[in-house]
Amino acid sequence: MEEKAKDIITDEQQEYIINIGPQHPSTHGVMRLVVSLKGEFVLNVEPHIGYIHRGIEKMCESLTYPQIIHLTDRMDYLSAHINNEAVCLAVEKALEVDIPDRVKVIRTLMSELTRIQSHELFWASYGMDLGGQTCYFYGLRDREMVLDIFEETTGGRMIVSYNCPGGVMYDLHPNFRKRVKEFIKHFRKVLPEYDDILTNNVIFHGRTVGIGPLPLKEAIAYGITGPSGRASGFSCDVRKHEPYSAYDRVKFNEVLFTEGDSYHRYLARVEEMRESMDIIEQLIDNIPEGPYAVKMKPVIKLPEGEYYQRVETARGELGVFIISDGNKLPYRVKFRTPNFANLSVLNHLVKGFKIADLIAIFGSLDFVIPDIDR
Amino acid sequence: MPFDIYDFTSFTKWIDTSLENAMSPFWTTVTEMAIAGVLFILFYAVVGLFLVYAERKVCAFVQNRLGPNRLGPYGIFQTIADLIKLLFKELIPIKNADRFLFNLAPYIVIIVNFMVLGAIPYAKGLHAIDFNIGIFYIIAVSSMSVIGVLLAGWSSNNKYSLIGAMRSGAQIVSYELSVGLSLITMVIFAGSMQLSVIVEAQRTGWFIFKGHIPAFIAFVIYIIAGTAETNRGPFDLAEAESELTAGYHTEYSGIKFAFFYLAEFINMFIVASIAATIFLGGWMPFHIGTWEGFNRIMDFVPPFIWYLGKTFFVIWVIMLFKWTFPRLRIDQLLTLEWKYLLPINLVNVLIMAFIVLMGWHF
Amino acid sequence: MRSIINYLKDIFWGVMSLLKGLKVTASYFWRPGAIVTEKYPENRKYLVMFERCKGELIMPHNDKNEHNCISCGICQMSCPNGSIEVIPKTIDTEDGKKKRILDKHIYRLGQCTFCGLCVKNCPTHALAFSTKFEHAVFNKALLIKVLNKPGSQLKKGVEQ
Repeated sequence: MEEKAKDIITDEQQEYIINIGPQHPSTHGVMRLVVSLKGEFVLNVEPHIGYIHRGIEKMCESLTYPQIIHLTDRMDYLSAHINNEAVCLAVEKALEVDIPDRVKVIRTLMSELTRIQSHELFWASYGMDLGGQTCYFYGLRDREMVLDIFEETTGGRMIVSYNCPGGVMYDLHPNFRKRVKEFIKHFRKVLPEYDDILTNNVIFHGRTVGIGPLPLKEAIAYGITGPSGRASGFSCDVRKHEPYSAYDRVKFNEVLFTEGDSYHRYLARVEEMRESMDIIEQLIDNIPEGPYAVKMKPVIKLPEGEYYQRVETARGELGVFIISDGNKLPYRVKFRTPNFANLSVLNHLVKGFKIADLIAIFGSLDFVIPDIDR
Repeated sequence: MPFDIYDFTSFTKWIDTSLENAMSPFWTTVTEMAIAGVLFILFYAVVGLFLVYAERKVCAFVQNRLGPNRLGPYGIFQTIADLIKLLFKELIPIKNADRFLFNLAPYIVIIVNFMVLGAIPYAKGLHAIDFNIGIFYIIAVSSMSVIGVLLAGWSSNNKYSLIGAMRSGAQIVSYELSVGLSLITMVIFAGSMQLSVIVEAQRTGWFIFKGHIPAFIAFVIYIIAGTAETNRGPFDLAEAESELTAGYHTEYSGIKFAFFYLAEFINMFIVASIAATIFLGGWMPFHIGTWEGFNRIMDFVPPFIWYLGKTFFVIWVIMLFKWTFPRLRIDQLLTLEWKYLLPINLVNVLIMAFIVLMGWHF
Repeated sequence: MRSIINYLKDIFWGVMSLLKGLKVTASYFWRPGAIVTEKYPENRKYLVMFERCKGELIMPHNDKNEHNCISCGICQMSCPNGSIEVIPKTIDTEDGKKKRILDKHIYRLGQCTFCGLCVKNCPTHALAFSTKFEHAVFNKALLIKVLNKPGSQLKKGVEQ
């Protein structure tokens, strides 16, 4: 690092280097961006990650498969349930277990609720990044309803730990259906308010339209998935292309834009909340009866081999890669986390924009730092 | 006139004459200035504390929260507790900071506030200095607060502070123009720069109603530019919490931070009270044409209450700005000023001059 | 001419969008019914948590001070963080046989991640989650809890 700084200073253009983070209001966690500026313009951004590295992949090697799940909660804590689901699906795929319909529908419902609450927090924090602090409270207010639904059924609010290989831990709470319907009714009412405050606001347009454009080719080259990739026109929705759980039986649109700027990355997430609500509405009245979990063996041993499962989290494609040597402990677990891949494009996007745009671009990629570091 | 029962002129005259009888003219002036100074310090503290509380409550209600609710009923003592906390906090010395300028900066900001506060008419006869160039004086003095901000940013030896201060400099220099021009529009209309004359001219109707559309446009522009000048709301680039952590006062702690914080609120109060004085009739009650009964009832509300009510209404609007809009970027901020507010303002001045020339106003 | 019209249009739509935003926030200002703040310490008395809320791990005892734990140690094995430790002891029963019973069920709240595997895997339903969530203590040692109450016994009829 010191070497680099020296290089920059000897450069003809004197650069102004500031550290954004590790403790900074807009990094949403412990991450450090070394930003070199010329006036207000950003010349270079160097993300320093690893401040919250906990060695989850290594820890997984000493845990049994049901135990791994509680660690995946803590990677992308905003799509905790989807992370859990990914591990469970991988294990179930390896064991070739038939999963009851009820489990599939429950998982899909919970995943979509997770997606909504994650995007709501994105909306909230993006508004705050751009200086509209009221957005944060409106977003959290409505997210609270989803968290209440989670707490009633799973016992956890953010860290749900609801999945287990073969099904889910407990059955849905009797109030689940009623509460979800209440939430959807409420949320359909407040979404136009969200649009009034932020989406259609002229200042917000000025701050985000055309900022940090990412062409389709580069999005694919950098492996940008999730709403950020779809804003560039990269059709990468795993739910559509490789349906898991109950996604093959619901109708929904893959939100695709072509512009790929901050505004459309934002818009993709807002539209996805609407799509998620559609999915929930299709499923909520036809949850099939049946067992909520398959009886698994007390000690789960995966047959020797390599297994890969990908799912669509709120931020992109999460891949779980398990190598098993036939033991009850995995030989190696690798998580392909969406945030880590998405971070790689940051430097490319912000060059030549202003420091305020850096915050707008950083926010629009919607990072969860523990997911980057694992 | 019934509302002359609230006239403070005789009261202040009485103080003046009784002091003059008791001591020499020099000491009379000194005593009067001391009295005014103490009153303004008290007023400053009370208004500052109240505004901090009001801001927290307004923002809480906008955001579906309760706001301060622990100390006293509805948390009214919260800001006093905060003040005591700030008084006891350590003043952290900054390594390599320019210590003299670092310590001077908060005082410049505060002194500028006092200088403006002195020139505002609070009620009939309750007016510390009635310059015949009152508006000119206010514009001139209030633009000096940027010096404090620039000094703070420069002397703290912090990169965030420096960016914040430079932004603030660019911002205040350009928005001074709009503030000045929109006030000049009203000066043309009133035909005087003396604040007491301007208020007196609104006895038959507030300028915002009397001055047709140009007055309204000037009012809107004044509110926008005034918000920008106080570094608030969508124009808080100098602080820009999500970009620069706290901008120019990042390195300040304890009571020096409190000075900046208070100065921001008093600045807002000043902007609002100038808006109230020039556009909304200052301490003049609300009158509707020939409705004698209605006008008489309005006259019984003391002028000081009228003044405060109008001021706090404007403050409420400015607070709503802050809690609704996202922040602008520095180039957009300057675009808004130079491409939108300034041309509109210039055209507006022309229209206003034409209206006054033709005598088309009420 | 066109550019002037566009300029004025820009201003008009910009102002309209700002006014729309102001309408939302101002409407909430006059609607105190929408306030969602919970006055936490005051509402403690009537605060109802969801029944499944994972507050802390407990071992339910009935009124005869009996619990369900047979000290099999499955919870200890299934815990990913080693926050549970089951210490059994062997006693002689009346009919002269040796019997393994629970001496101490140690639960380290500070290490628990509330994954719920212990509760799920317990063969005798001896463990449960309580909704108590106020865990702040001044001494870290207080977070290490013994779940079985002193003098408690195994409930009659629970399979060994």
